[in-house]
Amino acid sequence: MTNSWTDIKNTDLVVVMGGNAAEAHPCGFKWVTEAKAHRGAKLIVVDPRYTRTASVADFYAPIRQGTDIAFLLGVIKYCIDNDKVQWEYTKGFTNASFIVKDGYGYSDGLFTGYDESKRDYDRSSWDYVIGEDGFAVTDPTLQHPRCVWNLLKEHVAAYTPEMVERICGTPKEKFLKVAEMISECSSPTKTMTSMYALGWTQHSHGAQNIRAMAMLQLILGNIGVRGGGMNALRGHSNIQGLTDIGLMSHLLTGYLNMPTEAERDFGTYMSSRVFKPLRPGQTSYWQNYRKFMVSLQKAMWGDAARADNDWAYEYLPKLDVPAYDVLRMFELMHSGKVNGYFCQGFNPVLAFPNRGKITQALSKLKFLVTMDPLETETSRFWENHGVYNEVDTVSIQTEVFQLPTTCFAEDEGSLTNSGRWLQWHWPGATPPGEAKPDTYIMAQIFLRMRELYRKEGGAFPDPILNLTWDYSDPNEPHPAELAKEMNGRALTDLRDPADPSRVIVPAGKQVLNFSQLRDDGSTMCGVWIYSGCYNEAGNNMARRDNRDLDNTGTYLDWSFAWPLNRRTLYNRASADLQGKPWDPSRKLLEWDGTRWTGYDVPDIAPNAKPEEVGPFIMNQEGVSRLFTRGMLRDGPFPSHLEPFESPVPNVFNPKMRGNPVARIFQNDVSQFGNSDEFPFAATSYRLTEHFHYWTKHNRVNASLQPEFFVEISEELAALRGITAGGWVRVWSKRGSVKAKAVVTKRIRPLNCDGRVVHVVGIPLHWGFTGSAKKGFGPNSLTPFVGDANIETPEYKAFLVNIEPTTPPEVVA
Amino acid sequence: MVERVQPGDAIHPGKPVTVDRYGVGARINHWITAASLILLGISGLALFDPSLFFLTALFGGGQNTRALHPWIGVVLFLSFFIFFFQLWRANLPAKVDWVWLSKFRDIIGGHEENLPELGKYNAGQKFIFWSMTFLILVLIASGIVIWEQYFAEYITIPVRRIAVLAHSIAAVLIICIFILHVYAAIWTRGTLRAMTRGSVTGGWAWRHHRKWLRELAGQRKIGPAE
Amino acid sequence: MSDSPRTAVSNPPTQPMASNLGQQDLVRRSATKDLPPPERQLTPVAKLIDVSKCIGCKACQSACVEWNDTTPAVGENVGVYTNPHDLTENMFTLMRFTEWVNPETDNLEWLIRKDGCMHCADPGCLKACPAPGAIVQYSNGIVDFIHENCIGCGYCVKGCPFNIPRISKADHRAYKCTLCSDRVAVGQGPACAKACPTGAIVFGTKDDMKRHAEGRIADLKSRGYANAGLYDPPGVGGTHVMYVLHHNDKPHIYADLPDEPKISPVVQTWKGLTKYVGLAAMGFMAAGSLIHGVLARPNRVSKEDEENAEKLVEKVVAPPEERV
Repeated sequence: MTNSWTDIKNTDLVVVMGGNAAEAHPCGFKWVTEAKAHRGAKLIVVDPRYTRTASVADFYAPIRQGTDIAFLLGVIKYCIDNDKVQWEYTKGFTNASFIVKDGYGYSDGLFTGYDESKRDYDRSSWDYVIGEDGFAVTDPTLQHPRCVWNLLKEHVAAYTPEMVERICGTPKEKFLKVAEMISECSSPTKTMTSMYALGWTQHSHGAQNIRAMAMLQLILGNIGVRGGGMNALRGHSNIQGLTDIGLMSHLLTGYLNMPTEAERDFGTYMSSRVFKPLRPGQTSYWQNYRKFMVSLQKAMWGDAARADNDWAYEYLPKLDVPAYDVLRMFELMHSGKVNGYFCQGFNPVLAFPNRGKITQALSKLKFLVTMDPLETETSRFWENHGVYNEVDTVSIQTEVFQLPTTCFAEDEGSLTNSGRWLQWHWPGATPPGEAKPDTYIMAQIFLRMRELYRKEGGAFPDPILNLTWDYSDPNEPHPAELAKEMNGRALTDLRDPADPSRVIVPAGKQVLNFSQLRDDGSTMCGVWIYSGCYNEAGNNMARRDNRDLDNTGTYLDWSFAWPLNRRTLYNRASADLQGKPWDPSRKLLEWDGTRWTGYDVPDIAPNAKPEEVGPFIMNQEGVSRLFTRGMLRDGPFPSHLEPFESPVPNVFNPKMRGNPVARIFQNDVSQFGNSDEFPFAATSYRLTEHFHYWTKHNRVNASLQPEFFVEISEELAALRGITAGGWVRVWSKRGSVKAKAVVTKRIRPLNCDGRVVHVVGIPLHWGFTGSAKKGFGPNSLTPFVGDANIETPEYKAFLVNIEPTTPPEVVA
Repeated sequence: MVERVQPGDAIHPGKPVTVDRYGVGARINHWITAASLILLGISGLALFDPSLFFLTALFGGGQNTRALHPWIGVVLFLSFFIFFFQLWRANLPAKVDWVWLSKFRDIIGGHEENLPELGKYNAGQKFIFWSMTFLILVLIASGIVIWEQYFAEYITIPVRRIAVLAHSIAAVLIICIFILHVYAAIWTRGTLRAMTRGSVTGGWAWRHHRKWLRELAGQRKIGPAE
Repeated sequence: MSDSPRTAVSNPPTQPMASNLGQQDLVRRSATKDLPPPERQLTPVAKLIDVSKCIGCKACQSACVEWNDTTPAVGENVGVYTNPHDLTENMFTLMRFTEWVNPETDNLEWLIRKDGCMHCADPGCLKACPAPGAIVQYSNGIVDFIHENCIGCGYCVKGCPFNIPRISKADHRAYKCTLCSDRVAVGQGPACAKACPTGAIVFGTKDDMKRHAEGRIADLKSRGYANAGLYDPPGVGGTHVMYVLHHNDKPHIYADLPDEPKISPVVQTWKGLTKYVGLAAMGFMAAGSLIHGVLARPNRVSKEDEENAEKLVEKVVAPPEERV
């Protein structure tokens, strides 16, 4: 989220698209009801299904899954055509005026530079023209034909309301109503918030879905303002924390990234991370990268990380591929290249696509360790449960170790919510049986491994032997100790550079925040963006003061938000070029002539003059990007791309399948279905009654939504002779499931390009363990495709067939 | 119309003459019916009006009263209908019943010499018989409808409401009929022994059901003297 | 200390407090004629369910199950979202989902109504109940079942205009929403209201809730729901659970919410006329018999009757030779 949950109450228009906030985030959704109640805000839902969110919406428009980009580019075109653009914002705070290289272009659904054999673009032409002064060339008048604005106008020209209807199946008048409501928010005194979730991310073009809305929000002037923003609703209570602390194969902590094999030494690694400003006087905050990196290395290896060994750079793993994401890991496992797998707090057998492949892959492991508070399908993948898990147990030789862990209510620590708030929590119950905190388990594994390395040596024991492990109880690091480590501390006295006689932070004390971090080895910090969470003032995450000065929704004294307790990112953009709030009634910050003051922690140097320093300080440009240069693999602008399994061809290039640069493995290509064999467009989603595969273990939740079902329209039911509450078989190229049929008016067939597209909705909460009735998950059916940029599997759009069937055999 | 003489009815010469009116089985059945009806009346009344709720104590409390009442109803229904099939022919109305009924003053005054000769049952007894039959049918039918424990899920609430009303009205009526029946049996001296010993005296038969006595005699339904 | 909480959203008192819903607060007690008047009048409370804000998340159902410690069965899917499929003795409240196409706009509306006891001012269940003290009404409006006094007859089921009470097959007692009388009594709001994430369920004094509803109705009218209104049906004397409906002109579209609920005339007749006339009839019958028994001579068999019978029998029995 750029903003926070509490900030949603400040909005005038909520657009829920690519998500189902009421259903999947019912507690956070209360802020939408606040906005409706206190600001008269309107709620728009655009979704293939009339969802629980739609049930309280002011306007609902249907859309075919996977076509959001066409819809949003259509809205951008509508805004441009109707002069519904926040011009001052667009000109001042976006890269609309930047001139793009001549080589860049777009035709037949592809950008320039596509190499089909590599399934990749040569992105060198997708960039600005750089002047002799080393800065990007701009045309503030937006007259230059190659300026971003004109290229954008050209790019969206095809997305007329008629084209949107053709691609998305959204009736033209409904699209126009949505576009009109959204366009009203181009006024500096009206804001719109975008609430999205996995309905946008779980596509082979997921990142571009979000880009499209971000661009729309930028030209409406809605980023950085109260009640605006791009608000990703995170699906787990701490999934934001997962990415923040870098629990991904290609990330270190705080969005620093893992070196690649090509980056053999620290100098090479840092050379591509200089982040020189692209416009004069801009902050380009990532210029501090080295400080955060060195502090991380000091946190990892302490005294073993020295200037003369490049801060132990050699200890860091180097990636030979862009990422070892889950799809790649299971592909490797499936081809017999993985011996052991630690599965901590997740359930691949139900969570990853193409379940058949997942089960086969796990069956090829020598050992599997699961760490979970609950029985999971993964820890029982070898157990035969009839149709629900048809495996030949005897033939599976994988040794499975099930380590029971505490659940969130039984341990202490912080959870990072969608709004980047780190909220400390305390145990509310005693863990049952042998359950242990994950920290204890990890410590035990580490200590034993270290002992083995100490005794037996090995190819490269140093990173293990030298790892900092200075916890008061090495067997179980305390969450507060870990939090302090993330915050960082001074290793030697930190002196004021302007006045070396003044010690800012004495050695051994916690740093105030990341502004005190240094690249000379005098500071350590585990997660730079979290720095400030546990400083000498104490545990700021545990703060529980819910006062809210002037009712702005910032709640600065409640918990801690990264970075620096800032509640709204880019909040400098809430004020105009002179530093006056766009909407005085919605002030966040204001330039008082010398400083930025206001309700939030400024997302800019407090004394940075408004007309000199741009608000998007993390970007080298100082402004936001309508055109992303080569930073995304699949295009500098979003463009309409069909899902890999689509009921209709791509209208711009019928030969193109899915996202041309999305990551697919050769072995999986034969398992893609087409619309002749699988005529119906399926999608997967959550229901309010359950949380993933957890709550089926809870009898209360199980009684509220007891049994796996699929949802279809009355028309599809009639077409296939399916009765409500009857059994159906749903199958794709990869698997088959049996489910109860919910026949509903909430799904209606869409008319796309002259074809009737029937939607099949498949919720995801059932498996073969727990209290609820045994069932299946949609991942038995979904394709093994990942997003082009972040490899998120394409769960939201795939093809299936459906027919009435008999009940599955009852399994004891 | 000639009333069929019931099997088992027989005259025993002697002083006085006795006449078998009910066999052992019929008498046991009668008292089962009677007991059921009394228990039903008490338990039913206990749930009918709060002032009578104390009667549930006789059954061990409200829960037991609620649980037992319908089962007793089933017993009543079965026992009564065994009775019914034994007696229904003898209770078919006859012309003479109207003559009898028309002399109401003589009936309640006990002036039977002014009344016509009757078969085994007089019109009053027949009225009680058919009323009981009808009301028990209403009660069992409506009772099943409101038997929450087993049948609630099959029956709509509006139907259950009508049933509970019908059940109470029928219950009131059957209690009234019951009072009439009991009082008539007591007032008409010599009647009770028909349901205790199974027989009545010849004089009782002569006085109240002379035609029945004559028919028994005429058909020589005469057993050994007592 | 105020006598009733004003909202379920605010934090409850943390100091222990005496329960304020006791015998002395009863205004009605089932099958009890001579209930002493309450010692004080508590402020009437109400739960307001704003159907237009409800997202059907069933948090209220969960909270209800957790607070009341019931164990609804894990059933099956029968093609709808409503689960369990009906109120049960283990599920005192239920989200009922209705897919309704508005004929005026041709737009689908997913109407989600939280069903449960309405806590009528004139409670049909209490009227029908034959067991003294099994159903009580407190002066703050809460209608509560006192299970130890319940006999499981199901009369409350027939008395209720909203089809709410359910009889347990396990212990043969009637169950329904208590409006969390045990929480309200100690200054807390109902569990469902506490759990509701969107504030669709709010709790407070009935006056406050009516005022709150006015604001909501004005908002709904501004959004095009011309018939938005408060459901507080006068036929049962008003209720202590009220709904804000977008279409208050047709409550029946919300999963058969009665348009004009009132205690059924059949029930009224049963508990009224039938009872009085019936008791009178039975009494009249008994008294009549008694009087007749006292005043009229018993109908005795005379000597002559016996002799006549003997003669008749002799005639038939003789001559004995014929019997050989």
